[in-house]
Amino acid sequence: MGQFLHEFFNPLDFLRSAPQVWNGFLFNLKLMVVAEAFILVLALALAIVRGLPGRGAAPLRWLAIAYTDVFRGTPLLLVLFMVQGFATLNYAGLSSDTLFRNGAIALILVYTAYVTEVYRAGIESVHPSQRMAARSLGLSYMQTMRYVVLPQAIRRVVPPLLNDFIGLQKDTVLITVIGLTEALAAANFFQSDYANFTGLTVTAVFFIFLTIPLARFTDHIIKEREKRERAQGV
Amino acid sequence: MSANGHFVSIQGVRKRFDNLEVLHGIDLDVGEHNVVCLIGASGSGKSTLLRCINLLERVDAGTIVVDGETITSAKVDVNRLRQKIGIVFQAYNLFPHMTVLQNLTLAPRKALGVSRADSLDRARTLLRRIGLEEKADEFPDRLSGGQQQRVAIARALAMEPKLMLLDEITSALDPQLIGEVLELVRELAESGMTMIVATHEMSFAREVANKICFLDAGVIHEEGTPEEILSAPREERTREFLARVLEAGRL
Repeated sequence: MGQFLHEFFNPLDFLRSAPQVWNGFLFNLKLMVVAEAFILVLALALAIVRGLPGRGAAPLRWLAIAYTDVFRGTPLLLVLFMVQGFATLNYAGLSSDTLFRNGAIALILVYTAYVTEVYRAGIESVHPSQRMAARSLGLSYMQTMRYVVLPQAIRRVVPPLLNDFIGLQKDTVLITVIGLTEALAAANFFQSDYANFTGLTVTAVFFIFLTIPLARFTDHIIKEREKRERAQGV
Repeated sequence: MSANGHFVSIQGVRKRFDNLEVLHGIDLDVGEHNVVCLIGASGSGKSTLLRCINLLERVDAGTIVVDGETITSAKVDVNRLRQKIGIVFQAYNLFPHMTVLQNLTLAPRKALGVSRADSLDRARTLLRRIGLEEKADEFPDRLSGGQQQRVAIARALAMEPKLMLLDEITSALDPQLIGEVLELVRELAESGMTMIVATHEMSFAREVANKICFLDAGVIHEEGTPEEILSAPREERTREFLARVLEAGRL
């Protein structure tokens, strides 16, 4: 037990590794913010395309379905290696910028497929009578989507979106395998330098402290909205 | 006005859902500023007919002419057409994520291109008219059913339609809330709004309707003035239906 505590929870090593891990962690943060921004927009576009009505839109719908099928089914690590491999065909050197970009692309490709499905579930959860009411007022299909369906759909999927966002945060550590010095890599370096695993604990702590406030914040905004819009005592 | 002098002219309208033909050839004329009430049991086709007039459903056969325009033609611009035909549903269908005021201004602004200021003016005037001015910034879920339905009517009126379709708008309401909604419809009728109203409220139909149509199994089985239909129905089925309604009312 003493050995275990010493290896993973050594206070001295905790302090000693923290700055190093933090420097790496900043990469994870940047990666997750950049990737999430793209994912939220691209996935929404795909979800809308997938729901387009009419025979004319069928090829677009098929493309959207094929995309989600492929990238939801392919392991992230595999996609990461493929993006990296594809990139090295075209570029001679690999700076940390290109590594970052390749990592971001892999995360965006895979998570967009998941998040598309989340949006789609949200869109389908809006009762058809809402669309009917909007269309009956003379709003077009896209206006109905934009002003009536999506606002209701998106607020319903905030919790699952957050779930995927947390998944994304954690999967940013996979980028370590293509050689970017992010938090996990920094912890590993520390471990090889000092023969101590406390750096890994530090990394875990950073991730946990990132997700907990985010989860509480989401709970908070959902509750506030409920209070504002719902009848009391219902 | 269409050629035969009616504001709405429906001829031979048929509508089928899968294997079930819900409308078996409906003919109906509605004069401008007139109120026509559709009565009949659930499933007789009242709602489907109203939805066909708003093009929420496409007819399989027959023609519908509204204000001189053949709306069943394939070339018609459905969005523009719906802007002049308001419909109010049994379940209100207000937009729950928007305030009452936003519910009233959305379509005028986005579909008609009315300015924000003008749409707000119009919405506030309507809210005053329905006596819900102080609820302007509330969300629909915080209103009673009767209030929600009045807002739904106001939302349709905000588009300044030439024709209003009311689809059993009091059926989901508690009995004590029905009065306020019917009062509003009565005012609308007095103001000269052309309306087609599917309803189970016979005394209301008697009061506001110029003509009552009894629908049964997808056809208009009998039509006439309220007096003719409600007091002296000629058809056996109409008599049976009215007797059942009367009995339900007594219970």
